[in-house]
Amino acid sequence: MSAAEEVVAEGHQAVEAVPKRAMTLGTGTSLVVLAALLIVPMFVKNFVIFQMTMLLIYGLAVLALNILTGGSGQFSLGQSAFYAVGAYTSAVLMEHANINYALTIPISAVVCFGFGYLFGKPALRLSGVYLALATFALATAMPQLLKLNFLEHWTGGVQGLVVTKPDAPFGLPMSQDTWLYYFTLIVTIAIYIFSVNLLRSRSGRAFMAIRDNEIAASSMGVNVALYKTLAFGVSAGITGVAGSLGAIAVQFVAPDSYTITLAISLFLGMVVGGVGWLPGSFVGAAFIIFVPNMAESISKGLSGAVFGVLLFLVIYLVPHGARQIAILGQQFAGKLKKN
Amino acid sequence: MELFTNQVLAGIATGAIYACMALAVVMIYQAIDHLNFAQGEMAMFSTFISWQLMQWGVPYWAAFVITLAFSFVAGIAIERILFKPLTKAPVLTNVAGFIALFAIINSSAGLIWDFTIKQYPTPFGSAPFLGSQLISTHQAGMIGVTVLLLLGLYFFFQYTRIGLAMRAAASVPESARLVGINTSWMIALGWGMATAIGSIAGMLIAPVVFLEPNMMGGVLIYGFAAAVLGGLSSPFGAVVGGFLVGVFENLAGTYIPGVGNELKLPIALALIISVLVVKPAGLFGRHIVKRV
Repeated sequence: MSAAEEVVAEGHQAVEAVPKRAMTLGTGTSLVVLAALLIVPMFVKNFVIFQMTMLLIYGLAVLALNILTGGSGQFSLGQSAFYAVGAYTSAVLMEHANINYALTIPISAVVCFGFGYLFGKPALRLSGVYLALATFALATAMPQLLKLNFLEHWTGGVQGLVVTKPDAPFGLPMSQDTWLYYFTLIVTIAIYIFSVNLLRSRSGRAFMAIRDNEIAASSMGVNVALYKTLAFGVSAGITGVAGSLGAIAVQFVAPDSYTITLAISLFLGMVVGGVGWLPGSFVGAAFIIFVPNMAESISKGLSGAVFGVLLFLVIYLVPHGARQIAILGQQFAGKLKKN
Repeated sequence: MELFTNQVLAGIATGAIYACMALAVVMIYQAIDHLNFAQGEMAMFSTFISWQLMQWGVPYWAAFVITLAFSFVAGIAIERILFKPLTKAPVLTNVAGFIALFAIINSSAGLIWDFTIKQYPTPFGSAPFLGSQLISTHQAGMIGVTVLLLLGLYFFFQYTRIGLAMRAAASVPESARLVGINTSWMIALGWGMATAIGSIAGMLIAPVVFLEPNMMGGVLIYGFAAAVLGGLSSPFGAVVGGFLVGVFENLAGTYIPGVGNELKLPIALALIISVLVVKPAGLFGRHIVKRV
């Protein structure tokens, strides 16, 4: 955990050195990104819009892991399981109960929150590699559980379920893909604001106190068990929402889409974006969506090796992920202002 | 009852594979304090090297020794070139590095030797061992080698200067540096030894699971589970954990209804986790007392 403290310390220094300018730089960048996210889909092809939707969805899933690991210091390789539960909740409700897609999203958030909270209970006794193993077990078990016979009527077994793509409401003149993109964007922004405020709140401070030193946190009166399970619940809930959106966007759920590989990708996304830095989640999501494709186009046979080499390059250049670039940017802006 | 003893015996036989891998996992965990996700792939690559040597006409034991030497050097080289620059980086970044290494080795092995399954010879023969249908001489040999390896490691760590230096470097790096131990090279040595042990595991496992680039996926997971169950700080615990996981897995597959091959792994993991909930540092691990 000393490494995490180091990152935080660096962050504080940067902010102290350039208080006003740093704020404007951060806000400015967010506004530019937001504007781009709003305008770009009007001018690009449907496939690009689909990719941007997936970017937001994976971004949410990485953000959820970031709250758990970066916020409360608990490591998880089981995010794919929560993602699967969210995806299946939406798919089953939409296809078997004919519930409107938009309504299934809060439902799957609640279901996944409960699931994560309950999973967090036994996981309380574990930390570090032991927790990694426990969450890993969850991730390997999930595809098998979804294939179980007595669930087949609901889940469609190995075949999975086909999900209908929703039309734009109120007769808006846009394609299904574009509508889904804006819908995802609205959900993403809402969850992002929620997460930022959560980490700034009393609960967020409690998460971070536990991350930095559990014993010290508990002696200061933080209810360690409550907040650790709460972090699991919130993280699972957000991942579940991402899973629901993913199911609607891909129009298909099957057990083998949610294996441990997904959990590992999300983990890589978090590292590349910078552990504990929420905006980095979306940078990380871009990495895990686009870099494997890029590697494939460079060399078909060696795509895995090319991906590995690119990943090594990134972690050599910026061991703290995209966050490090942001901090450098702030310091640079600060120097410009002084001169 | 006979079914029970048979299943336990079969479990011990597969357990030997996991024990071997778990030993390699614990070795590297002792040296660098992380679980190396690429360990299985490194073992797989070494096994392919020995296979290639044998294809070129090198006899088994010569190929075995050359592969050991190669793995030892390769392990040190990987540490020096790829992971030494990351010593100061956060833990999770190191884990990402392991995943990258995994992808690189897996994909290169696939390109060099392609993904078809290959036969791998065994030096012990595959006749039934002492008339038992469940354990072959190869599996008995594998158990024998694992036990020998464990004894060897025990003497190395307890009774040699360099073993003592490695233990010191792993437990209190600052103090070790003050008494003149080159801790950075001790880590490299740990990598070398872990890679060599991994290659032994690979060469022993290959006749059972057949040689191909993805052969280690399942084995490594069980190896991790075994190491964690036994307690990551104890090589002895890792071996016991390996045998226990093998037996667990077989008994779960036999006695719990509705458990096919696919649910064996989750159930074995669930059992391990329930053990960990009771004993969080593993069966033989030391409890670490932290200062606030």
